[in-house]
Amino acid sequence: MTFLTSVAGWFADARHWQGTDGIPTRIAEHLELTALSVVVAAVIALPIGLYLGHTGRAAFLAINIANLGRALPSLAILAFALPVSFALGLGLGFWPTFMAMVPLAVPPILTNSFVAVRAVDRDTVEAARGMGMRELQVLRSVETPLGAPIILGGLRTATVNVIATATLGALVAGGGLGRYIVDGLALQEYERLFAGAVLVALLAIGTELGFGVLQRASRHTATVGREP
Amino acid sequence: MPQRGATVVFENVSKRYEGGAVALDDLSFEVPAGAICALVGPSGGGKTTALKCVNRLVDPTSGRILVDGRDVMSVEPVSLRRGIGYVIQQVGLFPHWTVEQNVATVPALVGWPEARIRDRVRELLDLVGLDPVRYRDRYPAQLSGGERQRVGVARALAAEPPLMVMDEPFGAVDPIVRERLQDEFLRIHDRLGMTVLFVTHDIDEAIKMGAWVAVIQGGHLVQYASPADLLDRPANDFVARFVGADRGLKRLALIAVGDMELRKVPTVREGEPLAGSGRPADGDPYVLLLDAQGRPDGWVNVERVPGGTFTKGMADPSSPLFARTTRARDALSGLLVRGVRTGVVVDDEDRYLGVVALDDLISLLGRARA
Amino acid sequence: MTPGEPLIRWDWVASHATEIATRVGEHVELAAIAVFVGFVIAFLVSLLVLRFGRLEQAATFLTGTLYTIPSLALFALLVPYTGLTILTAEIGLVGYTLLILMRNIVGGVRGVPAEVTEAARGMGLTRAQILWRVELPLALPVIVAGLRIATITTIGLVTVTALIGQGGLGYLILLGIQLFFSTPLIVGAALSVALAVAADGALVLAQRKLTPWTKGARALPHAGLPPGT
Repeated sequence: MTFLTSVAGWFADARHWQGTDGIPTRIAEHLELTALSVVVAAVIALPIGLYLGHTGRAAFLAINIANLGRALPSLAILAFALPVSFALGLGLGFWPTFMAMVPLAVPPILTNSFVAVRAVDRDTVEAARGMGMRELQVLRSVETPLGAPIILGGLRTATVNVIATATLGALVAGGGLGRYIVDGLALQEYERLFAGAVLVALLAIGTELGFGVLQRASRHTATVGREP
Repeated sequence: MPQRGATVVFENVSKRYEGGAVALDDLSFEVPAGAICALVGPSGGGKTTALKCVNRLVDPTSGRILVDGRDVMSVEPVSLRRGIGYVIQQVGLFPHWTVEQNVATVPALVGWPEARIRDRVRELLDLVGLDPVRYRDRYPAQLSGGERQRVGVARALAAEPPLMVMDEPFGAVDPIVRERLQDEFLRIHDRLGMTVLFVTHDIDEAIKMGAWVAVIQGGHLVQYASPADLLDRPANDFVARFVGADRGLKRLALIAVGDMELRKVPTVREGEPLAGSGRPADGDPYVLLLDAQGRPDGWVNVERVPGGTFTKGMADPSSPLFARTTRARDALSGLLVRGVRTGVVVDDEDRYLGVVALDDLISLLGRARA
Repeated sequence: MTPGEPLIRWDWVASHATEIATRVGEHVELAAIAVFVGFVIAFLVSLLVLRFGRLEQAATFLTGTLYTIPSLALFALLVPYTGLTILTAEIGLVGYTLLILMRNIVGGVRGVPAEVTEAARGMGLTRAQILWRVELPLALPVIVAGLRIATITTIGLVTVTALIGQGGLGYLILLGIQLFFSTPLIVGAALSVALAVAADGALVLAQRKLTPWTKGARALPHAGLPPGT
């Protein structure tokens, strides 16, 4: 029990809430990095995934790209991003981490958007076409809303992955909550280590739950198209 | 492959579910050893529940079921089931086992020696019309629907059960295949003699296959009778409607023309002169020409060749020939389709037995109670 | 990583060949133990869930939480208690595999067609016989799919264990980061990807071997009965 009390003590210490190494700052850094990466990845992956899902093309690639992404260890991607970052003159810290996270976030978003659109009942799509909707309208008004839970699932996986990788970013002089863990290991300050881990864990779990709520809310019941 | 059949007795069997739903209400009937009993009725009426009580996939809330005099509740379910052949509509072959392994399931479970199992599998595949050499090592995914059904039946018969319990066994195949499977099953049953209880929603199938038919509606046994009795004397309006407005025609399906009283007509052999006065008594000039073996060639008009003999080329073959096993219903169809009034009935060697007239068939219809 | 330097210095690779081989060995060992132990635990939990459906929610919640927590954080939570040891690494790695393995074992068994289990039950197979002789074999493709994902993920995560003092290819990656030296970094990263691909391929082959009936979907020509029987 004594270890946990000292961790509580670490949290209670007011100094840990101020300054560039303070908890609020680190959380903000972590969230900023995560949000930015996911948004950029989504901007790339969503349109491609939705388009491929709608047309049914490149199915093999679209489905398996998520598996491919899983095979790439995040540490490795981070590692690869370093030389690239240096070559571009962007140095350590934010840029290599950001460049690593976008490729990690793209696969789940792409695969899930593809699958989400494919999974929409073909009859519903046919009906929409038959009513005179143009292809883009079908995609926008029918397939995407009905596929929303699965699309959000992809965003959820991507975000949680990114939160995890952002944690590793501290290894390349990045900020965020990973800083506590890396520094804690280096300095053998286990309270800091543990506190950082707890914060990261809470952030990840919170994100999961939050997305879960969003997914449930986005689920349409069997009566399609309640209002235009 | 001699086999005996078990007797099956339902004694006041009821099944009530929690919440009050009554699936079976005081069902009582007896199936004699070696008989085929069809359970028919509307969907959800309880026939499948009744069937499943026999092999204890469902346990009744009251009443008893006796198989060969033993209460099924007194036998441990697993060993009970190993002694009863079970066939379901979608067959449920094990996809990861070959045909041989599937058929060998129950014998292997009860511990037969390998050699005996292998022989048994070969025997059964032959029995159901599948070449053992070609089918033994195939997987279910490589079989057609009809082939799978056959394997399913073989699998159910593997351990020589005295009783078979089948739930819509031929429901999942198309009508042509179904008819063939039904005929073959009847042939197998003739050879083996086991008792069979089967559920079907198809009244025609029940009448064709069953020696006994149990009509179950709303959990009640509405009528338990032979197919002929069911058609002639339906117990109430529901049964009459269920059996179908074409009861009379269905009745005809149960009779073979060879069993009817056939009319005789004057006949003459090829190359021989007419017997007697050379002219049929009632003035009808048409006589049936037979060949040397007694097989009909067709009708000849005696007035055309007075005093002479006839050859095959002179015969008018417009009357259809019916094997004596032909069902009266099919004979009626045959005549109507050709637009003729008379058909000639022949024996197994195609020799003349008699003729059947449209009027005779129609009068059979009238005998079914309205 | 300094401009002008080549990405891979092959002379370094050559001179460090034994070290690289050792790291690969460590990596394989760490991953294999984790997947094996994870599978055993997930299998036992799955059997319980299949038998007692009420356990499913709790089991999914626990394994799901373990899965959500970022790997580095999970290790970090363990370090104060189990130190910078292989045990810490294995606990974390095993924890990660549980969700996917459990989901696939349970899902695979549940996915067996209902008529197959009904026929088995009606024919007189006991519950245990149905599970072991019918359901599990038929669930193999799905179970192996889960194993593949678990293996690939674990191989990736083993790289992170270098941070808590374990070896493996992560050691090389870290070395490269710390020394600003791209060669070990790229070698470590590339080999871990290669290892994941090889393991995946091996599992696919194993599955094909174990499930000969799945080839049957491409049916033999019906040399037997004519069509319509």
